[in-house]
Amino acid sequence: MSKVAIRGLYKIFGPKDREMVELVQGGMTKPDLMEQHGHVLGLEDINVDMAAGEITVIMGLSGSGKSTLIRHLNRLIDPSAGEILVDGEDVMKLGRAQLRALRQKKMSMVFQKFALLPHKTVQENAEMPLSVQGVDVSEQTAQARKWLARVGLDGFEDRFPAQLSGGMQQRVGIARALAANTDIMLMDEAFSALDPLIRTDMQDLLLELQAELQKTIVFITHDLDEALKIADHLVILKDGRVVQQGEPQDILLNPNDPYIEDFVSDINRARVLRVRSVMKPVSTDSFDGDVTANATLEDLITLSDGDTNRLYRVTDGNDVLGQLDMKDLVKALVPRTTTGPG
Amino acid sequence: MAGYDGVFDTLGLRDWCDQDKADAPMSMAQLLAQSGGDDGESTPLAFPSLDTLHESCARISQTRDVTEGLEQGFLGIRAELKYVLDPLTQPLSWLLDGTLFVFETTPWWVMIPLLVALSWFVSRSKPVTVFVAGVLVFFSIIDHYDVAMQTLAIVFVCTGLSVLLGVPIGIGMSKSQTAQRIIVPILDLLQTLPTFVYLIPLIFLFSVTESKIYGIAVIVYAIVPVIRLTDLGIRLVDQDVVEAANAFGMTPAQKLARVELPLALPNIMAGVNQTIMMSLAMVVIASMISAPGLGVLVLRGIRSLDLGVGIVAGLGIVLLAVILDRVSKAALARVDTHRGHQ
Repeated sequence: MSKVAIRGLYKIFGPKDREMVELVQGGMTKPDLMEQHGHVLGLEDINVDMAAGEITVIMGLSGSGKSTLIRHLNRLIDPSAGEILVDGEDVMKLGRAQLRALRQKKMSMVFQKFALLPHKTVQENAEMPLSVQGVDVSEQTAQARKWLARVGLDGFEDRFPAQLSGGMQQRVGIARALAANTDIMLMDEAFSALDPLIRTDMQDLLLELQAELQKTIVFITHDLDEALKIADHLVILKDGRVVQQGEPQDILLNPNDPYIEDFVSDINRARVLRVRSVMKPVSTDSFDGDVTANATLEDLITLSDGDTNRLYRVTDGNDVLGQLDMKDLVKALVPRTTTGPG
Repeated sequence: MAGYDGVFDTLGLRDWCDQDKADAPMSMAQLLAQSGGDDGESTPLAFPSLDTLHESCARISQTRDVTEGLEQGFLGIRAELKYVLDPLTQPLSWLLDGTLFVFETTPWWVMIPLLVALSWFVSRSKPVTVFVAGVLVFFSIIDHYDVAMQTLAIVFVCTGLSVLLGVPIGIGMSKSQTAQRIIVPILDLLQTLPTFVYLIPLIFLFSVTESKIYGIAVIVYAIVPVIRLTDLGIRLVDQDVVEAANAFGMTPAQKLARVELPLALPNIMAGVNQTIMMSLAMVVIASMISAPGLGVLVLRGIRSLDLGVGIVAGLGIVLLAVILDRVSKAALARVDTHRGHQ
C-alpha cells in the first residue's frame, strides 16, 4: 500500500469552485473556465501514489501547480474535489484537532524561503515542532541538538537565523523537519533559493539522510537535474495536469509528450542515465570488463576510455544482470523523440 | 410672504402647512423681522434650506430645532448611558487617583532615581538615560516637578490602559475582515473629530469632579494608533512563517503567542510610541475638564494672558514629550535589533 495517495484531485480557485469541478470534468479547458466563469483551474484530475521510504519528486515550471499540490497533502490548501489518503486515511475527513495531530506527528515541511522564526535561536527553531507537540523540554533540547549536529550545525545553536547563510538556514529548516520525527517530509522547492554549489551539497545531504532514515519524501522542484538526481518516482506537472510519471530513467528514455522531450533534451544524459537503464540481456560470454548496474553512463565512458567497440558485463554484487555494448550506450545519449525517427 | 409659498400651494400642502400655525411659537428671526420692520421677504432663489422652507411652511422644522432635537435625544438616553457607563468606568477613576496619589506623595529623592532607573531598564541607552535625568532635575529646579509628575502619572495610566485595550482590539481586527470593516471608520472618526468635541458629551455624562472624565477623553483619543498598528503589524507578519506555523500544527493561540505577536512587536511598539505622544497632547486639552498637570498652567496662561507661565508650561510639555518619545523609541530599537541582525 502506498504511504500517501492522491485520488482524482481537483483544485479550482474562485468562489464557486465545487460547482466548477463538474464543468472541468465535462471537458472545459483552463482558458474557457477563466473566460466564461472567472475561475482559475489550479489542478486537474491528479492521481499519484507515493510509496513509503521513497523520494517522490513533483516537477514542473512555475505556475504548473506543484506548490499548490504539495500544500494539499497537509491541507494548507483544501481541494475542490478528490481524496488525499495518508496511511489509508482520508485527510479530507479530519476535524481541526485531528488535522493538527496529522501536521504535528505525520508530516513535517521544509520551505523554499526557510520560514524560520527570526526572533528565535537556531536551537529554539529546531525545538519548535516538539514544543508545539508539548514534549518534555529535556527531550526537545536533546532531539534538536542531535538533528542540528546531523545536518552539520554543531556550534551554531545560539545564533539567530539572520546570522546564517542561506544554505545554513535551510539546514536548520531540515533539522526542524527531522526533529518533528514524522514519517513523511514535504519539501517545497527546498533548495531552489540556494547557490548551485550549495544546492548540490544539500542534495547530497538529503540523499545521505534518506539512505539512513528512509522517510517518505515529497520533493517539489522546477529543476530537472535536481529531480533526476534525487527522485525514486518522478511526477511531471504541466498546467495543473500530470503529463507523465514513473521511474526517472524511464521518463528520460521514453518521454511521452513533446513538453517532456523539450525538457529532457537539455540534460546531460551521460551523467543521469544509469547502466541498468540501457543494458540488454546477456547474449555472449566474452566481455571487455565488468560494470555495476548503478554506474552512470559517464562512469562507463571513462572506464572504456571512449572506445565504442567494447562490450561490458553488467553486475550487481555477485549477480550478472545483463550486458552493455558501447554502441548502445552512444545511441542512448541521443534524445529520443516521439515525433521524429528513433 | 416667503419665496417658496407657491411650491407648497401647487403641491396642495397649504392646509397641512397651516395646521396649528397659530400655536407655533414665533421664532427669534420672525420676532426680529417684525420689530425691525423688515418684512422677512427672502430672495426668490434662496436655497431651500430648512430655515427658508420654514418661512413658507410652519410645519417644517428650523435647523436649530434639529440640533435641539439631537441634544434632547442625547439627554434622553443620558440616564441609561450613565447607568451602564458609570460603574464600568469607575475603576479608571480609582486607578487615576491612586497613581496620582503615588506620584505626588513619593518624595522626589525616590521618584527621580526610580524614573531614571526605569528609563535605563527600558532603553538601555546611556545618552537617553542621562537626558531623562537632566529633564527631571530641570523640572524640579523651576518648581514644575509636581505638575510634571501629575501629567506623567496620567500619561502612564492612560497609555497603559490604551495598550491593554488596544492590542486585543487590534488582534481581533487582524483576524476578521468584518471587524476591520467596522472598526476602521470608527478609528477614522476618533482621529479626525476635533479634540474639543470629545469633551462635550463627557461633561454631560460624568461629573467633572471625577478623574475618569479626563481619563476617558485621553484614552479614546490615544488608543487609535496602537489599535491600527497592532492590526497592521499582524497582517504584515511574513506569511511564509505563518504557513510554517500552520504546517507544524500550531493552534491559533500558539500561533499568536509564538509567531504573530513577536513578529508584529516592532509595529506594535511604534503604535505605543504614538499612543504616548497622543495621550500627552490630550492631557493638555483635558485640563479644561479638570485634568491636573502642566496643562492647567497652559490654560491659566491663556486665560489670564500670562505669557511667561504659558510658555514655561508649554516648553515643559515639549520636554516631557521628548523624553517619553526618546525612551520608547530606544525601547523600539532594542526590540528590532534583538533578532541578531547585524
